[in-house]
Amino acid sequence: MSDFANVTRMPWHSRGFLASQTAYVSLALLLLIIIISLIAPTFLTFGNLSNVLTNFSYVGIVSLGSTLVIITAGIDLSVGSTMGLSAIVTALIFQALGTTGLAHIPGAVMALSVVGGMVVGGFIGLCNGLLIARVGLTPFVTTLGMLSIVRGLCYAITGGQGVNITGADSDLFFRLTDGTLLGLPVPLVYLILLALLMAVMLHHTARGRHVFAIGGNERAAGLTGVPVTGIKAGVYVVSGLTAAFAGILVAGWLGSVPANLADGYELRIIAASVIGGANLLGGVGGPLGAIVGSALIEVIRNGLVLAHVNTYWQGTFVGAIIIAAVFVDRLRSRRLH
Amino acid sequence: MSLLDLSDIGKSYGAVQALSHVNFTVAPGEIVGLMGDNGAGKSTFVKIIAGVFPPSEGTVRFDNEVVHFHAPVDARNVGIEVVHQDLALADNLSAAANIFLGREMHRRIGPFQLLDHAAMERRSAELFRELKSETRPTELVRRMSGGQRQAVAIARTRLAEPKLILMDEPTAAISVRQIAEVLALIGRLRDQGIAVILISHRMPDVFEICDRVVVMRRGRVVANKAIAATSPQEVTGLITGAVEMA
Repeated sequence: MSDFANVTRMPWHSRGFLASQTAYVSLALLLLIIIISLIAPTFLTFGNLSNVLTNFSYVGIVSLGSTLVIITAGIDLSVGSTMGLSAIVTALIFQALGTTGLAHIPGAVMALSVVGGMVVGGFIGLCNGLLIARVGLTPFVTTLGMLSIVRGLCYAITGGQGVNITGADSDLFFRLTDGTLLGLPVPLVYLILLALLMAVMLHHTARGRHVFAIGGNERAAGLTGVPVTGIKAGVYVVSGLTAAFAGILVAGWLGSVPANLADGYELRIIAASVIGGANLLGGVGGPLGAIVGSALIEVIRNGLVLAHVNTYWQGTFVGAIIIAAVFVDRLRSRRLH
Repeated sequence: MSLLDLSDIGKSYGAVQALSHVNFTVAPGEIVGLMGDNGAGKSTFVKIIAGVFPPSEGTVRFDNEVVHFHAPVDARNVGIEVVHQDLALADNLSAAANIFLGREMHRRIGPFQLLDHAAMERRSAELFRELKSETRPTELVRRMSGGQRQAVAIARTRLAEPKLILMDEPTAAISVRQIAEVLALIGRLRDQGIAVILISHRMPDVFEICDRVVVMRRGRVVANKAIAATSPQEVTGLITGAVEMA
């Protein structure tokens, strides 16, 4: 008699991806879209869909980085502030270089401004990463402190005034951050490309597997030779870079960068990751979850607007959805055991 | 000619002297049992050999060369593999992923190195067949029984060609049938010239498979005898302290 004479495989709908939280949330998203389209026909108009897709892309892009951090059982609360500071630095460099000789080289001012903004995001991520991975501080407290530090810098540097993006290369910049490509809003294109890149990295490279291992059993990962410190610090750098990139895209949409750009966004971003299936205890998550989570939140917000619900209720609804999502996930995993 | 030679090893954590004046050797193809009660220093001993941390005093020689391990990877690189007591597995990954953790197999796609899932799954299936374990390489460790998890941890040591395998309580949490298989496997390792250090509190296992037994108490070695020259009663006495030294 074989070892497993009394054990068969779970039914197809109770194993693998289809049993994951991401699958459930995708289903909920689909149902929600159908319901809202029936109740409010304006939902499916080109103008409205463009809006929804653009708005959700910003959160989605940062959620990719945030999901990566959450898989390692960490958290990054500073992403909203990083979005702001990166956007501000990009705008300031735009202004500073616009009056120099570089303005005559097409694309140079824009390239340097964007690189400057990204470097800021990466640097903030590096500070977080080193404090958490090398010094050993807890992610929550470290990134909470960084949230305040960076947001404070946003106000200190700008004196509370907005920074306009004008002059050399600004048209090019707006086209690359707020234009369309094949009818799709450009931020959505970036989101899809980054998501594909992250999917390949997570599921088909050793680095990606190490990220999951650290979240599943950090001690075991260390014992088997996984470079734990490097990877833990690295995911915060990635988080900072995705925040910087999204912040720069938002700057392109607004045309001018206020000191409070993306203020409070971190909660929306983390909510998107968690709703999409990233477990705060670590070891679980993926780019599809980040996208589905962000989409769900944005579709709900849009649905509330189309239903003429007071905007103040949006936060309450999003919060309720977070709890509902993890509650359903808990029921599902209890049923399996 | 000894493969592993620990001379005058000591380790202290603040006020606790976990190991003192420990001398220990293992020859190639030898199976040495290490026994001792809780607090005897066995875990510390394992960690020093596995490269988790260095000793406070003394020297470690492997293959006649003095070695200083700064990380577990250093020990692995000279040919030492460890099966930890808690197995050191990532629950959220598959059996194959755990086996190859830190030593993944790749294939080239253009300029990129991507994971070769098929090759890793095939090799894992082979290793499980050798271990006579019915474990699916793609199944998540989270869903596995104690015996299957043990198989994954042992399979992992078979990836490189180790010279010494250290097993910390490998039969503690598995089924009766599995125990016989693990002991048979250890015997087969010995036949291939691999040395094994078996840490166990199960007297029947140690007396069945080991060539020699070393007993520790309160951080010191109190006995180092051939199995044939001692008995379960004497070893029990050494562990508890009823017999001082032997």
